[in-house]
Amino acid sequence: MSCSLFQIAELDEERHFEMGDYQGPVARWCSGCGDHSVLTSVQRVLAEADAVPEDTVFVSGIGCSSRFPHYLRTYGFHGIHGRALPLSTGVKLARPDLDVWVVMGDGDCISIGAGHWIHAIRYNVDMTALMLDNNIYGLTKKQTSPTTPQGYSSNTQPYGSWLPPMNPLEATLGVTNASFVAQTAEWLPAHLFATLKAAHEHRGFSWVRILQRCPHFTADIFGDVVKDPGSVELLVHDDGLTVPALDRMIEHRTTHDPSDIDAARRLAETSDRVRLGLFYRDESRPRYEETRSLPHFTADDKIGLLEKEFDRHAV
Amino acid sequence: MALRLDTVGPAGAGRDADDATRRIRTRDHSVEIVSDSGEGAQKCGQIFGAISAKMGNGVWTVEIIPAEVEPPPRSIAGASGIRIRLGAGPVTNWGDETDLVVAFNEQVLLGRHRLGSLRDGAVVLLEDMWAAHPDDAIRAQWESALEELTEAGYEIILVPMEEQCLTVVDNARRGKNMFALGMLCRIFSRDLDRTKQQIAGVFRKKSDEVIRRNHELLNLGYAWAAQNLDLQVDVPLMESDQEMVVMNGNEAIALGAVASGMELAAMYPITPATSVSHSLGEIFQRFGGILHQAEDEIAAAGVAIGASYAGRCAFTITSGPGLALKTEFLGLAVMTETPLVLVDVQRGGPSTGLPTKVEQSDLLAALWGQPGDAPKIVIAPATIEECFHSMITARRLAELFRAVVIVLSDANLATGVAPFPRPEPDTSWFAAPPDQSAVPEGGRPYDWDEATGLSDRFIPGRPGGMHTVTGLAHDEGSKVAYDSAINQRASAMRARKIAALSSTLQPPPIHGDDTGDLLLVGWGSTQGAIEEAVDRCREQGLAVSSTHLTFLSPLQPGLKEMFSRFDRVMTVEINYSDAPDAPFVTEENRRRGQLAMVLRSATLVDVDCWTRVLGEPLRPGAIERAIHERLDVAMGPSGTEPGQPDDSSPSDGDGR
Repeated sequence: MSCSLFQIAELDEERHFEMGDYQGPVARWCSGCGDHSVLTSVQRVLAEADAVPEDTVFVSGIGCSSRFPHYLRTYGFHGIHGRALPLSTGVKLARPDLDVWVVMGDGDCISIGAGHWIHAIRYNVDMTALMLDNNIYGLTKKQTSPTTPQGYSSNTQPYGSWLPPMNPLEATLGVTNASFVAQTAEWLPAHLFATLKAAHEHRGFSWVRILQRCPHFTADIFGDVVKDPGSVELLVHDDGLTVPALDRMIEHRTTHDPSDIDAARRLAETSDRVRLGLFYRDESRPRYEETRSLPHFTADDKIGLLEKEFDRHAV
Repeated sequence: MALRLDTVGPAGAGRDADDATRRIRTRDHSVEIVSDSGEGAQKCGQIFGAISAKMGNGVWTVEIIPAEVEPPPRSIAGASGIRIRLGAGPVTNWGDETDLVVAFNEQVLLGRHRLGSLRDGAVVLLEDMWAAHPDDAIRAQWESALEELTEAGYEIILVPMEEQCLTVVDNARRGKNMFALGMLCRIFSRDLDRTKQQIAGVFRKKSDEVIRRNHELLNLGYAWAAQNLDLQVDVPLMESDQEMVVMNGNEAIALGAVASGMELAAMYPITPATSVSHSLGEIFQRFGGILHQAEDEIAAAGVAIGASYAGRCAFTITSGPGLALKTEFLGLAVMTETPLVLVDVQRGGPSTGLPTKVEQSDLLAALWGQPGDAPKIVIAPATIEECFHSMITARRLAELFRAVVIVLSDANLATGVAPFPRPEPDTSWFAAPPDQSAVPEGGRPYDWDEATGLSDRFIPGRPGGMHTVTGLAHDEGSKVAYDSAINQRASAMRARKIAALSSTLQPPPIHGDDTGDLLLVGWGSTQGAIEEAVDRCREQGLAVSSTHLTFLSPLQPGLKEMFSRFDRVMTVEINYSDAPDAPFVTEENRRRGQLAMVLRSATLVDVDCWTRVLGEPLRPGAIERAIHERLDVAMGPSGTEPGQPDDSSPSDGDGR
């Protein structure tokens, strides 16, 4: 977090923060909405990391989940639908000293913003990107999203979604330069926290899909999974996520080395059980903002450089 | 002029050059070099233009670019080349018709002829290899083309370029341009040593062998012309101590951006804007900035806005179709009051339109082109020099007014090359580093000043300033507005900033007398051509003047009063307007030039317009004729009536 560019940041070593320091106005999400759980978990991660509020930026798109930055006491940029990733990329390219988070919904990230999602994975800019996936468009009142289960009825597809849902884990793991891919669920706060913490600590583009319920429109989609821990399978490994709180609750566990991309892709395939955990992590992947990093020059240096440019064009 | 269609003999066999040399002394001479794509005509012309500028001629060069990378060879619509207009004084536009043409085949020459690009009696130096080509079809094409060209009255001189070049290189396609350059150096008495230095500079990334061969070809062309051509053109040189630089408009924009202190440009390739990024790709590497080639036009806008939001003002570069894609993000920048500079290098439209050709059809899109009311600043450089300085102005305005600034350049400026006084860099040009000072207690992120609409911006990193900017309607605290009065007030504040800027502007200067029968109003790249036409008409005794707008939003003040001093006011633009007498067209439904529409609405003056969308810069002669028509006077006995081609000129292909 410290930054040599700005003197003010050097004072940060002394400062400590509690969850309440990140608390914004009361969230206006519906009661029972998974977004509340994610907000709490994020505040916990920030507090544990002693993230300096003014050096932290949350960027979002449009949708219920994209109201996220409004409910935090950090800097925030509530953008336009599908375009959170270009905005956050710009923030990080201009100011690598800032801690950048991105909050998107399923429609935001993998439908209207799909092009940016694919390329953001490849850029691998150091930021923490969360896709809050409730399988539906909520804010606009129940339209089919790319992850809506086949046959599930909505206002735009009242006879049921015509196509099998997209599997965004498979797609993300298929993109060159993916460096952190995880899946978690809002109803398992311990797992959610552990995942977000690991994502935040990862240097590179961390992409986390958070499965969550929309109490109004998709309460039933994950309802059975919430009630039956047997339908969940955890990916575990010494180098992966460890969530002791779930040891006794979830019996299905698969040992998966998060450096094994082939195994990660196999595990990402659609299965009977919902797989949660760290699918893939590789800190050695090139980070775009670092490959593009160049020295900053003083104004006097720049005058000299400009004169050289004019020399090149001199008549 | 006499027609001469004989092939001049090989070097050494010609008459003594000093004997009967025709010397043309002129203050204004235009040269074109035209070829198939890939034969290097543009490189030849660029070097010739640069040398001419260095020696003291006024110079304006315009590239002739087909829409395809490699259109079929020897095709009428596939001409690739360059026009260089030389002047005894400064040259501000590409002029009317060409006086001398070097053509590598007769088909591309025919293309230029049919576009009305060549003066009656123009001298043509034409490659002769096609006359005896083994392919019957090519010989037949040659014969029919020569018949048409001969009938048109050009002075055609056949030149054995291929044969000559083959004495130096195996593939004459890779050498003819340097041979042509040698001929031009002889005809215009250009300094051969300086030309060789220029060649060495241009080809510095190639091997010494390539440079040596090019020098040899240059010498060969020079010697051949000395032996065989009886033509010398003398355009007097200017003596000046003024240090000059020479570049095209896109290079000037790239350098201006760097000089403004902007350190991030985000773009997606699109013609004719892309070459700005070619320059930036090199320059930023030396200056420590980032040229980000985004995944699409939308992302390019988003990355620039994100960087500006974070405190380092950034810009994005595009052309028409890209501007269309960026509109939602422009609205977001306006709503969040995030500084953004957008350069639109205009081309012909709508849709893919004329990708490589000039047009000024994006004005209304720049002013009004997004849903919702989104006040922005729009400026238009008129010269290559202004392309440079407009970027410094744009960055400053964007940050000071927390505004979107659109810079409207066009394909004419983008590829036009002209010298201008070397700028003197000043540290005040550069952006300040991001403000990281603590926000005073109780500070609000949109604490709008009632008088100006301006407010202090809380950049990430500023302690105590944490807030979320949003594209939703919001109040002074950036809180989502649920109160209907807030939207009214916020809209007023965003508009007030633009009005406040307008109050600081001066009326545009008038070229000519400040009263008269006719006032022409232009904007952007047409200034040189308009003023040249006005000068010609004034010499003929007509009471015509012109003014040129740099600011399109807000408009410069004083226009209504200025217009009242002229009997008639007419815009001159490169966009479409209906002829007043076209079928079904009435005064009410007439489609007018885009600036004319803006001015009519702003001043309630009955502003007329004269516009053309021929895919080429306006010719001063065509504007001169339009002035005569509007003032209902016949063209003078000089007979300089220039023929603009009619609207059936060949169109471009598709492609970005």
